[in-house]
Amino acid sequence: MAARPALRVCARALRVPTCRGVVSTRQFSVSCSRLNASESRGEERKTHFGYETINESEKQSRVAGVFTNVAESYDKMNDLMSLGVHRLWKDYFVSSLNPGATNPIGQPQRVLDVAGGTGDIAFRMLHHSHVLNGNPNIHVTISDINPAMLEVGRQRSLSLAAQQQSSLSFLEANAEKLPSSIPDNSLDLYTVAFGIRNFTDMPAALREAHRVLRPGGVFACLEFSKVDRFPLFNSVYKQWSFSAIPLIGQLVAGDRDSYQYLVESIERFPSQEAFRDMIVGAGFEVAGDGYENLTGGIAAIHRGIKPL
Amino acid sequence: MEVASSRIRPATRTASKVCAACTSSSTSSSRPFSALNRPPPSYPGHVPLTRVERAGLAVGSGVMSLLNPYRHDLIAALGEATATPYFIYRLRDAMLSDPTGRRILRLRPRISSNTLSVEKLRQLPANTVGRAYVDWLDREGVSPDTRSQVRYIDDEECAYVMQRYRECHDFYHAVTGLPIVREGEVALKAFEFANTLIPMTGLSMLAVATLKPSERSRFWSTYFPWAVRNGVRSREVINVFWEEELERDVGELRAELGIERPPDLREIRQREREERKRQKEMQNQGR
Repeated sequence: MAARPALRVCARALRVPTCRGVVSTRQFSVSCSRLNASESRGEERKTHFGYETINESEKQSRVAGVFTNVAESYDKMNDLMSLGVHRLWKDYFVSSLNPGATNPIGQPQRVLDVAGGTGDIAFRMLHHSHVLNGNPNIHVTISDINPAMLEVGRQRSLSLAAQQQSSLSFLEANAEKLPSSIPDNSLDLYTVAFGIRNFTDMPAALREAHRVLRPGGVFACLEFSKVDRFPLFNSVYKQWSFSAIPLIGQLVAGDRDSYQYLVESIERFPSQEAFRDMIVGAGFEVAGDGYENLTGGIAAIHRGIKPL
Repeated sequence: MEVASSRIRPATRTASKVCAACTSSSTSSSRPFSALNRPPPSYPGHVPLTRVERAGLAVGSGVMSLLNPYRHDLIAALGEATATPYFIYRLRDAMLSDPTGRRILRLRPRISSNTLSVEKLRQLPANTVGRAYVDWLDREGVSPDTRSQVRYIDDEECAYVMQRYRECHDFYHAVTGLPIVREGEVALKAFEFANTLIPMTGLSMLAVATLKPSERSRFWSTYFPWAVRNGVRSREVINVFWEEELERDVGELRAELGIERPPDLREIRQREREERKRQKEMQNQGR
């Protein structure tokens, strides 16, 4: 009987890891092996990955793992998780930005949609500019660090009108360090929708946004936020997030862990005021509160302008 | 557990046995909790579910795996969500009542491509258990690594019992000779239900509704009676230490377990396909 724990350890050593790769064992407590490893490697900067604490160097690959796994079913899952409301948020986000409305009419605009892999925001912007504002003189670049998400975006873009497709380009890039192909002061509009909470270094991404926007250019971010203003609604929302969403992830996408990460990353994201302060800290100017709550605060639009 | 069992009347003794089977042996607290406040996991990958979540998982995975039987992860989740209260504990107790079962629980062997060398199995003589297993793997195009990990069973030992059942499922295919087609899977699930009483195997029999009429009539006339007869009277298949039986003759093991070989489903289906092809040719010639 005393040998039982020892045998169990042996048996566990033979266990095969799950085939889900990077997001395999989610542990609530920090295991001994991880503690020892970090001590032996000296001081490594830590960051959060959902509720886990991991090294900063790891976060990028872990997030990449999550989004490669979810890319295929991303749109279907978004509909299920938000009960379709994400479409309303994105429609409102784009129409409030009013891309293509220039004075005089028809002037060129350059837009970068960051972490926009599957193209939801970019396609809406193209439609808004070409069709609603009658301004074909817009160029939208979709950038994403994850090639799987970009591939989904490319596939979806094939069903756009030809004129709109010619105003669209794709770029695989890290928002914290945009390539020199996007020069300083070159963009009119920088958007990031439901992407910035996955960045390892948000202030760096905000500084890059500041760099590439021209003076007078607009930074706009649509992201999940806090529902603290409505406590009852907040508890219902939390129950939905932590119970139903991972379950739907398991049933529809066969991947509970990625969706558990998604809801935890939402929980970890700073509040409306804290994020607004980060945006101001990066050199942008905001109007009024600097943010606008949607659906009680489940999502929030943050807008800033680069001073002239 | 039952110290004064000799002084308890027989009727209450079975009642207390059922009660014992309903509870887990570990001292993990069963305090109610919410999804925002889950207790720490009992083993890597463990996700403690609330009752509502468990019900949701059972219903959702049941419906979706019926619609798409290729979702093995959902069939596995259905098994885990419906295994408590009673059933998985009964299976664990069945393992504890048997000497080989107790050895399996003590040693906790796992079946994967790391622990089972497929190359060595291919070299075994033709009528051994190991060779039948690897032939079946090759024919159906699967590997021993395709089984998902148990995540939703709270008791750690019962989680291993469920994992063991899942990993041995391919051996049951090999010993009975039933193929991986829907018909064969349903027949094997009927046998497993009669033998292990895991609710998911019983629920999988609902897939009979998705079979073709000829397959369905064959199931009710031949395979279902075979499954019930053999599942009930044979030894508990969960107690077979497959890793030690690899070099035994299949027929000998079957006889020892008390399982009779069902009619070869592959052959029957092959003959039916040929018959249908011949009829179609005759129709075409007649034109």
